[in-house]
Amino acid sequence: MNKIEIRNLVFHYTAGEPILNDISLAFDARSTAIIGQNGAGKTTFVKLLKGLLKPVGGDVVINGINTSDATVAALARHIGLVFQNPNDQIFKNKVLDEVMFGPLNIGQSQDEARERADAALAMVGLAGRINDNPYDLSLSERKLISIASIVAMNTEIIIFDEPTIAQDFSGKEHIKAIIRDLVAQGKLVLTIIHDMDFVAETFERTLVFAQGRVLLDGSTREVFAEEEVLRQAHLEPPHVTQLAHRTGLPGTPLTVEEFVREKRAQGAMRPVTP
Amino acid sequence: MKKIVVEGLKYRYPLTAELALNDVSFEIEKGEFIGIIGRNLAGKSTLCQALMGLVPHFYKGAYGGSVTVDGLNVAQTEICELARKVGLVFQNPFTQVSGSKMTVYEELAFGLENLGVPRAEMMPRIESAMALLGIERFGKRNPFDLSGGQMQRMAIASVIAMAPDIIVLDEPTSQLDPQGSEEVFQAIQALSRQGMTVIMVEHKMEKIARYSDRVMLLDHGRLVDFDTPERVFSRDDLAQYGIAAPIFARICQGLGIRTPQTGLYPMTLDDAYDQVVNWHE
Repeated sequence: MNKIEIRNLVFHYTAGEPILNDISLAFDARSTAIIGQNGAGKTTFVKLLKGLLKPVGGDVVINGINTSDATVAALARHIGLVFQNPNDQIFKNKVLDEVMFGPLNIGQSQDEARERADAALAMVGLAGRINDNPYDLSLSERKLISIASIVAMNTEIIIFDEPTIAQDFSGKEHIKAIIRDLVAQGKLVLTIIHDMDFVAETFERTLVFAQGRVLLDGSTREVFAEEEVLRQAHLEPPHVTQLAHRTGLPGTPLTVEEFVREKRAQGAMRPVTP
Repeated sequence: MKKIVVEGLKYRYPLTAELALNDVSFEIEKGEFIGIIGRNLAGKSTLCQALMGLVPHFYKGAYGGSVTVDGLNVAQTEICELARKVGLVFQNPFTQVSGSKMTVYEELAFGLENLGVPRAEMMPRIESAMALLGIERFGKRNPFDLSGGQMQRMAIASVIAMAPDIIVLDEPTSQLDPQGSEEVFQAIQALSRQGMTVIMVEHKMEKIARYSDRVMLLDHGRLVDFDTPERVFSRDDLAQYGIAAPIFARICQGLGIRTPQTGLYPMTLDDAYDQVVNWHE
């Protein structure tokens, strides 16, 4: 069964200024990146999935529940959202209390919430910091706390909004590993993101939003092969793919390793000129 | 002409044990575009604050060595004086917005009002900064009704309107889409070519390699290297400092390609293209 089904979704904040225009989509288990220009409607879209906004037209169905008929609280056991800015999300003065807050609110017992919080903090590498004040930690560590807080709620669907902002190389690698871990646990992971290199290395499926519509939808490799369409949407392919297109290397490589392998294979096939 | 001279700078925040900056020395010429790279907590943001005086005047703490900006010793000059020379674009635009202005246009006027710029001069400066960052159509919007990316453009425009000699930017394009980010880099490069000195902290290594004249690599508060992008990103010990070279350099490294004239890895799409397209194993 698809975890999310969207049928003819229409949304606007002000009548006559459409934000989302007749979107129909289904999300299966594949990890999915949502990319698009600033103002393309990506954040509005995930707020509709969370039930924070209700459709003006059409339906959003999460695990069989139509968001128009459900409260945000009821949906919170099925779908979690990690905020872009951890400072907007974190409000407790102890890391453990912060991470247990969501689980307790959706009805987990004290014991279960503690167990899930411990597991989530271990996953993000902050198990040793449970008694610290989140604001004594760095911004990148607070980002990890905000992720652990949602992971501990054990929802089937987890959405990230710009997970790589303010992360250095190792921070990005860490978040990549967390996403893969969640996918391996069978969770549906959706991410709004502007970092195309990270998308190429991490997500199976990619959606391109432009002017309130889905312009492209396919495997990440298929989507990044469409250089022209991406440019129209004010995007660009990952750096690896850009160099591959320019040099005529086939197969839309997405990572440095794939590029090097393809190029070596191409070199090996070339007839030796006398 | 030396625009910035830093000699033996050491700094420790109050109530901390470790030096955030440890014996940092360098010189920057007028009109240079400098990229600052390093892992989180390397000291990048602290160095930005030290150039415009928030370190030590606002944060206090222990301070040694000297920072000289356009002939002014930063530790002995008040921030209001330094603000005429150096503009800082904050990492988080929410932190920078004054909160006391109801429109984007007035938000851009805020810095100019504080500098005492006459009204007639303010308007063309605000309008040209808004045009440079492509936010003319948001002039009447409330700053807090902007999206993250639009707010980031406004934060940069607010500082550019003040026409500083030196602009310090702390990850200025983190919330922008790829083309928006490219537009902002081009706008800042144009200012640099007009003589503004640019200092930018950035994790997007491909952009740093393409736009910076020189790259400063910091780690644990120390200056590890300060050289051309080609030389810094061709170091074989970057991983030790938590840095990955630009993708194009990593591809060339994987294929064993170096630029023949320099023996360094190509850094940019154009340079990598030239080498990769002619490559045979």
